[in-house]
Amino acid sequence: MFEKILIANRGEIALRIIRTCKEMGIKTVAVYSTADRESLHVRFADEAVCIGPPSSTDSYLNVSKIMAAVEITNADAVHPGYGFLAENADFAEICTEYNVKFIGPSADMIRKMGDKATAKATMIKAKVPVVPGSKGLVANTAKGIDIANDIGYPVMIKATAGGGGKGMRIAWNDEEFQEGWDQAKQESKASFGNDGLYVEKFIEEPRHIEIQIVGDQYGNVIHLSERDCSIQRRHQKLVEECPSPFMTKPLRKKMGDAAIKAGKCINYEGLGTVEFLVDKHKDFYFMEMNTRIQVEHTVTEEVIDLDLIREQINVANGEEIRGKNYVPNMHAIECRINAEDPYNDFRPSPGKITSFHSSKGQGVRVDTHVYAGYTVPPYYDSMIAKLICRAKTREECITKMKRALDEFIVEGIKTTVPFHQQLMMDERFRSGDFDTSFMNDFELK
Amino acid sequence: MSNAPNKTDMTVKDIKELIKLIDEYKLAEFKLEDGDLKLTIRSNTYAKDVPTAVQMVNPAAIVQAQPTIVSANATSPAEVAPSSNEISTDNLLEVKSPIVGTFYRASAPDKPPFLKVGDSIATGDVVCVVEAMKLFNEIESEVSGKVVKVLVEDASPVEYDQVLFLVDPNG
Repeated sequence: MFEKILIANRGEIALRIIRTCKEMGIKTVAVYSTADRESLHVRFADEAVCIGPPSSTDSYLNVSKIMAAVEITNADAVHPGYGFLAENADFAEICTEYNVKFIGPSADMIRKMGDKATAKATMIKAKVPVVPGSKGLVANTAKGIDIANDIGYPVMIKATAGGGGKGMRIAWNDEEFQEGWDQAKQESKASFGNDGLYVEKFIEEPRHIEIQIVGDQYGNVIHLSERDCSIQRRHQKLVEECPSPFMTKPLRKKMGDAAIKAGKCINYEGLGTVEFLVDKHKDFYFMEMNTRIQVEHTVTEEVIDLDLIREQINVANGEEIRGKNYVPNMHAIECRINAEDPYNDFRPSPGKITSFHSSKGQGVRVDTHVYAGYTVPPYYDSMIAKLICRAKTREECITKMKRALDEFIVEGIKTTVPFHQQLMMDERFRSGDFDTSFMNDFELK
Repeated sequence: MSNAPNKTDMTVKDIKELIKLIDEYKLAEFKLEDGDLKLTIRSNTYAKDVPTAVQMVNPAAIVQAQPTIVSANATSPAEVAPSSNEISTDNLLEVKSPIVGTFYRASAPDKPPFLKVGDSIATGDVVCVVEAMKLFNEIESEVSGKVVKVLVEDASPVEYDQVLFLVDPNG
């Protein structure tokens, strides 16, 4: 087993990984920017190395600084967490060159799934249902319009290097296609340095349902059921839950099998998530695959009672997956608490937290790196805590979440707690009958 | 600290008590200042059986005004290189490492060190080498003055912003 793992990340996920390492008797190294000197992950780790100034580019995203930290601490493995370098194939490759185990898939697997156009082509070969669309990148608008008319409007123009909702435009006819094409190209070039575009059918009122998979080094892949992440604002998830209120046993079987096929066709190693769009007819389409641990892995942990970080480390250590697919026997919901002002268009609210009381009680879990007296830095993402509740039924879970939110106190900065409180009381949310357009109509009172 | 011994009463017994307390609370450093009395106790956190070192500073030797607050630093998780920030840096400039890596005093094992205590350096002078991933980076000083202290041992790991040298600008 690994002796020492360097966590190439920060915030709550760094803490999460350190906790499991402690339980497994593995020493930990935290890296941090000068803005994170007072961060909990720095204090909880066995060793800590300051790697740079606040800017992510000069710290958490800086491969040579992280590798230098690996070198001087003699870490034998690196856990990249999520975001930052977690899906950076070059980084995974460099770790291998330096004889340090990258806890996750290989550089090759990351590349295959990282490029959206390539991933889609791979899925078509594996006979996993995909959203109808162009086969790879589209050369120009003329070809694009042909394809659009072929698959039928409305269509989505998407950037192949895209993410976080950038470089995407919807078109309902040929004129809108022309306009959208030019805009998407520009935006994509500016955001990702790559203006390659492809076209797919725009699935109306889709649900975002993803399947968690685990693959080992021997070709075994199993699934750990789904998470419904349809409550999104500008393509950023706000709430996740398992099971999906829209799921049925037959659908889970079909989607689970498809996700396993996706994993097996690239010989996937590690934890991964296959994201699907599901329409009202319960037809599902592959959207993309995330080759890393995800923020909302906690929801799955709560309903199947597994430590997914431990599973990652075990798989990376060469352990074989035993057992079959896991299905949930409880209901869990996660609310992402962000340092944002929901009454002012969710604008970021960094600053000093003057008092902090997190929710507790039976069936309540809080993953956070903040505390009273902590200053939320303005340089990184705004998530400050994950509040996860689990109960026997969805109804009980929502009630518990509302109770937990009511006692979640953060003073000194604004948070999205009031938004979640209202959401838990929302009739449509409670009914379970919602899709990714939900937030378009949600008004915060 | 209500248990702080009165300066007129401090005996070997008192100091032994203090050391016991410091061990119990796993403090890396303990400083007591009370009028003319200045007591610093440092615990070597790296060697297991090394006894704590006690320094009693003669008031006459103190050159700079000290604050009268007792400060105790809890042992931080073992940092890669012990940061020696108990030195008062009131008048001194710091040369810090801009990168993570292994610190070397000279460009090669058989070469003389770039500087030693007492040398004068100017902005832009190469003061040391920090090696990372087989690349040797020459670190240039951003300050001028006389080198007062070298804070890091040859061939030890350093992190970003770690203080390497103290320089007296008026030296």
